[in-house]
Amino acid sequence: MATTTTIVPSAGPVAGSRSFLSRLREGDEIARMFTFLFAASVVLITVLLVFELWQGSVLSRHKFGFNFFRTSVWDPIFEQFGALPFIYGTLVTAAIALLIAVPLGIGAAIFLAELAPARVSDTLEFFIDLLAAVPSVIYGVLGIFIVVPLMRQYVQPALKLSLGFLPLFQGPAYGVGFLTAGVVLAIMVIPYIISVSREVLLSVPRDQREAALSLGATRWESTWKVVVPFARAGIFGSIFLALARALGETMAVTMVVGNTPMISSSLLSPGYSIAAVIANEFTEATGQLHTQSLIELGLVLFILTFILNGFARLLIVATSKRGSGMGHV
Amino acid sequence: MKRIAGMLLVVLGVAGVLWADSALSITGAGATFPYPMYSKWFDEYHKKNSNLEINYQSIGSGGGIKQVTEGTVDFGATDGPMNDDQLKAYQDKHGFGILHFPTVLGADVPAYNIPGVTSELNFTPEAIAGVFLGKITKWNDPAIAGPNKGVNLPANEIVVVHRSEGSGTTYIWTDYLSKVSEEWKTKVGKGASVNWPVGLGAKGNESVAGTIKNTPNSFGYVELIYAIQNHMPYGRVRNSAGAFIKADLASVTAAAAGAAKNMPDDFRVSITDAPGKTAYPISSFTWLLVPAKFSDATKRDAIKGFVKWMLADGQNYTEALSYAKLPKEVVAKELKALNNVQ
Repeated sequence: MATTTTIVPSAGPVAGSRSFLSRLREGDEIARMFTFLFAASVVLITVLLVFELWQGSVLSRHKFGFNFFRTSVWDPIFEQFGALPFIYGTLVTAAIALLIAVPLGIGAAIFLAELAPARVSDTLEFFIDLLAAVPSVIYGVLGIFIVVPLMRQYVQPALKLSLGFLPLFQGPAYGVGFLTAGVVLAIMVIPYIISVSREVLLSVPRDQREAALSLGATRWESTWKVVVPFARAGIFGSIFLALARALGETMAVTMVVGNTPMISSSLLSPGYSIAAVIANEFTEATGQLHTQSLIELGLVLFILTFILNGFARLLIVATSKRGSGMGHV
Repeated sequence: MKRIAGMLLVVLGVAGVLWADSALSITGAGATFPYPMYSKWFDEYHKKNSNLEINYQSIGSGGGIKQVTEGTVDFGATDGPMNDDQLKAYQDKHGFGILHFPTVLGADVPAYNIPGVTSELNFTPEAIAGVFLGKITKWNDPAIAGPNKGVNLPANEIVVVHRSEGSGTTYIWTDYLSKVSEEWKTKVGKGASVNWPVGLGAKGNESVAGTIKNTPNSFGYVELIYAIQNHMPYGRVRNSAGAFIKADLASVTAAAAGAAKNMPDDFRVSITDAPGKTAYPISSFTWLLVPAKFSDATKRDAIKGFVKWMLADGQNYTEALSYAKLPKEVVAKELKALNNVQ
């Protein structure tokens, strides 16, 4: 950071030596104030959002208190609301999605950035960007008509046959459920991981690779031991972008998850997610308590995202301290 | 530059005159179930009365009740009548009441996908409630097989499919189950979304239909219109007179006729499990919600004019879209009630 301040004269000692008025006249100060306002608006929007969610869920927070997070009955008629199955479903589907998407996405990014000819890489990148722009409802429809039947007829019976002794793969194969939602989410977030990771890998300075090669490393060794660790922070960034998308995804999840508020150790069983239940029930929620509980679910999703992002930051800090020269991307 | 600016002014002026001339715009919001019918009506009515435009957002019955209570729309629409608390909330907020006007009739039908079974099944209310409570779990259960002699029902587990989002269709279905099963009434109850004892949730009629088509041994419910338009097989249901009735426009209207005799003055009536030999038991009205008082007289007259037209000429458009007509008695009663809108 010390080096950048001397390059950009708008801040630091150089800027300070001119009077405020002269900086104002030259436009620097105006630009600074405007861009500061824009940056501050992000904080303002976040604060406003939390405030609204907090205000909007007064009734349900007072009525259920901490039990909201502990109980698993969701009954709009008798007005009992517990968020546990939704939190569970959100976390499980996102975890499955990342488990599938991270190795695939990073592998593809390494190939595109390091090993593929530039023309192939650029062509594929075009398709990947296209995939990232497909609306989620399209992925949902794809899920219903292709992934769900495939899962029910082939994947789930095969899993039950081979790994059925594990509690993870028991119960009837409906086709819909945690696993299917995770798979569809994985398909949706892979483009993000590939696209961002590829950019990060491409931005690793050439001399890093050349140095490794000159020391006798093979192409793969220079990629795996030098380039990838150098780009680690950026790759983590792409994963957290994918995680955020998976946690908040609504349409595609609700179309394939089975929409049953249930906590089951089996990945084949139907479940539900926070975003999906909000989308499903908000428009027809007539009771005050029902509406407010849905808003509190929104707050829970916000907190969940906040905590996971916090962990992500810590992880990046922890890993970049251990190595040297990493985390600068 | 000047010429362009001048032209722009002219264009704006013309647009302004046109806009001012298109005069009255009325907004409504609510039920999705009658939306195809309403949009057809508003369109036809606009053709006849070009100075009136009715905008309708099909945001769901709950949303319709909420918005009309807030006063953000001129009228609402709902598949389940407003309950006493909601009516009181409206009265408290505005100082006057809100009126229900039945517009058309719809029905829910039990749809299924059982490999090897192509015939129309007969369902008793006990069988439907049992399956949805999770007590009847196999297709060859005596409660299902009893009225279906000669059909070879498999010993497979039933996969129950229901709507995941709040909907009028679910309201009608659970209203019916609450009437025929005491256990359902106390354990689950009726509403746009409920705590389902069993089953998979699918979003929208399309998704329920898709899930049933794709899942062997599944059982769920969809709107009649939807089943007819998509050529889905669906079963007959035993009515309160003991006859197994297939849902169609005639049997749904028959259910309304049975209820028309004791129609309450506020039209808030459930016609599920209605009396009548030919009545289909899982039928329902759908309602417009019109405030009893308008501060704007032109708006009031426009809405009253529309309701009058809807009850007369409008009813001729219903059957083309697979909605059942209102019985004559109900229409006559509604025309009288329309005078209470001031």
